[in-house]
Amino acid sequence: MTDLLLDMTDIRIEGRSERRWKPIINGVNLRLNRGEILGLIGESGAGKSTLGLAAMGYTKGGCRISGGSIKFDGQEMVGASHNTLRKLRGARIAYVAQSAAAAFNPAYKLIDQYCEGPVKHGVMGRDEAQRDAVELYRKIRLPNPDQIGFRYPHQVSGGQLQRAMTAMAMSCRPDLIIFDEPTTALDVTTQIEVLAAIRDIVREYNTAAIYITHDLAVVAQMADRIKVLLRGDEVEEAPARQMLSDPQEDYTKSLWAVREFRREAPQAQPEGTGPLVEITDITAAYGPIKVLDKIDLTIPRGSTVAIVGESGSGKSTLARVIMGLLPPSTGQIKFDGTPLPKSSRERTPDLQRHVQMIHQMADTALNPKHRIRETLGRPLEFFLGLKGKAKEDRIRELLTLIELNPDEFIDRLPSELSGGQKQRICIARALAAEPEFIICDEVTSALDQLVAEGILRLLDRLQREMNLTYMFITHDLATVRSIADKVVVMQHGVIVEQGTKDEIFSPPHKPYTELLLSSVPEMDPDWLTDLLQERGDILAAKD
Amino acid sequence: MQNFMNNLRDAPVSAWIGIAIVVIYAVLAIGAPLFAPFTERASVGVQYHPWSAPHYLGTDALGRDVLSRLIYGARNTVGIALLTTALAFLLGATFGLLAATLGGWFDAIAARVVDVLMAIPPLIFALLILTITGTSVLSLVLVIAVLDSTRVFRLSRAVAQGILTMDYIEVARMRGEGLLWLIRKEVLPNAAAPMIAEFGLRFCFVFLFISALSFLGLGIQPPTADWGGMVRESAKLIGFANFSSWQAATFGLAPLLPAGAIALLTIGVNLIVDWVLHMSSGLKE
Repeated sequence: MTDLLLDMTDIRIEGRSERRWKPIINGVNLRLNRGEILGLIGESGAGKSTLGLAAMGYTKGGCRISGGSIKFDGQEMVGASHNTLRKLRGARIAYVAQSAAAAFNPAYKLIDQYCEGPVKHGVMGRDEAQRDAVELYRKIRLPNPDQIGFRYPHQVSGGQLQRAMTAMAMSCRPDLIIFDEPTTALDVTTQIEVLAAIRDIVREYNTAAIYITHDLAVVAQMADRIKVLLRGDEVEEAPARQMLSDPQEDYTKSLWAVREFRREAPQAQPEGTGPLVEITDITAAYGPIKVLDKIDLTIPRGSTVAIVGESGSGKSTLARVIMGLLPPSTGQIKFDGTPLPKSSRERTPDLQRHVQMIHQMADTALNPKHRIRETLGRPLEFFLGLKGKAKEDRIRELLTLIELNPDEFIDRLPSELSGGQKQRICIARALAAEPEFIICDEVTSALDQLVAEGILRLLDRLQREMNLTYMFITHDLATVRSIADKVVVMQHGVIVEQGTKDEIFSPPHKPYTELLLSSVPEMDPDWLTDLLQERGDILAAKD
Repeated sequence: MQNFMNNLRDAPVSAWIGIAIVVIYAVLAIGAPLFAPFTERASVGVQYHPWSAPHYLGTDALGRDVLSRLIYGARNTVGIALLTTALAFLLGATFGLLAATLGGWFDAIAARVVDVLMAIPPLIFALLILTITGTSVLSLVLVIAVLDSTRVFRLSRAVAQGILTMDYIEVARMRGEGLLWLIRKEVLPNAAAPMIAEFGLRFCFVFLFISALSFLGLGIQPPTADWGGMVRESAKLIGFANFSSWQAATFGLAPLLPAGAIALLTIGVNLIVDWVLHMSSGLKE
């Protein structure tokens, strides 16, 4: 076959931990033709990123390629000299990282960073590279392409940065680009723009791509072929359409089934009990910038209220106001009929105990130096005054409740847990206080779908068993569909629309809700094309 | 503990050399009366005895045994440096962590006071104070500790500010935890690695600072043996050194012995510090 570009055979990669080399990838084959897009999917720890990087002949610190061969355009990369690899990387193989904000150097303008590659590789001169940058910025549909390159990374939005990053990867017109979860950190409305831009530009230059993601619906839009990985082994590989309609392996089927979780209706509450939380006329600001404007919201007992909106809509600020971390300038919050003091410092521990919050990033929400025993023991001691044996027993009970084996986990540090396990510990910590109301701030957005579904099911079960009330902040509408009773849509600090799940999800929609709803990727491989077509038609009709 | 032993086993050769040097110094300093053949103060032989039994490293201008003085010097110089560094850390870290956690006016005032102290060159400042208070060991320790605590303050405050933005701090604050818990249980354990590394570096600087003061005559006072003072006493001998024979050459090497002792300890401590910093940075290569 003449158009074979990348041929990785029997790749084995090991990582060093606890003084031993442990396998990360156990003999995976990967072939890629020119102009083809391969989707690599799997849960976290499956080795997707490691395999993606290996396609550049690169491994992260502490890892090594222990076997196999990587041929790029006939050139062997395993064991190739540093110089040979340097000539390939950037020029013929490029990489787009998950977080563009972290991957750009904040001290240089975008266009300077764009020019660095082509100039260093001798592909073109500086002036030519600058003209080329503007041209590519235009093609990738960045607003104001003539000037945007002269801004610094912090002066453009996340979605624009991700597109600028893609343009930068294209700067030497490489034969292969590796996209490592390029849209995971973006919200749905921005994600669409980035996906469309990436897809068009890759097709235009007939660039081959490896697209790494844990989002199946995204991969369905992008890839020609899909490869599923599980703990360093290949599960299966097939052309995208075939894989989506007819997965062969049980593991793949379970991945596909994740999106079908629906919870049952909430429990009926005894008569005569009012709503648990009543928020009236809340306005809050960070300094002179108003972030919440006259929010009115009631949260019924035992139900789940989902707050949706893109980043910057004020969702998380609302949570901070309820927790008393950001005192509002006007308005009142009533909990179980009693008004809450505005600042958490004025609230009694007993009042604090009833309202708990679970953070988005379990990584930063757990003290890395505290063992699970201490993490869970402290709230028990602090709020409930438990000590000694009673405390130990309750910690074990909590661990059992969140489906972790107490004997195995009680003495671990957060660094010895997976992402999903960390989030479970955060849930247990919230439960330790025996709360009535829990705010879940994007609790599943940092997790891959299979793990996220486990967390949602756990939260649902706990709600039934303990009659908990949730406020669920998310930008993922699939999550909302699975767990919410009531949905609140926010934009720019105001509530755009609120109602029961059925009301919000069935037409007629308000324009912003419509935009959010239509932006959620679906498993249909034609979804993106159809959607862009449709939106284009609407725009054309307006003109 | 298990973790610590594992880390120790993974330590590179350089760290092991550092550990060996520091352990040898510590053993010599603690057991000085056992190891030193003579006392540090008494004249036990002729002036400028060459390097031969019973004075293996010769004697100084007053006929005191140089080997014994070196061993006692380890005890005095290192002991005082250690005490001073510990005090500087107690002071600096307490205020630094408090300033970061409390914020507000406390932070503002503490930071400005520290800025003022740091603006004055430390050697000049120490000389000034020591001239006023007189050169007792106590005033020496206090002056250097206060001067050095400003650097510790800056570091601990910066490290703590980074940690305080973490969500687990927010969780603790929402729980209504007191200041003491926040600092002791949430911030301090996470700030430990850079602080330990800084402790090693600070220790070297304090130690050099004391030696410098002793060299200038305002540090540890004779007849107590200390390395800085020994360098000063024998520095002029270099000019009279005669390298025609091995016996004569040892005479000229006299100032290099205490200076070498200072240098070796500094290198040893830094080798360990490099290793601790490397571990705390999370780099794997």
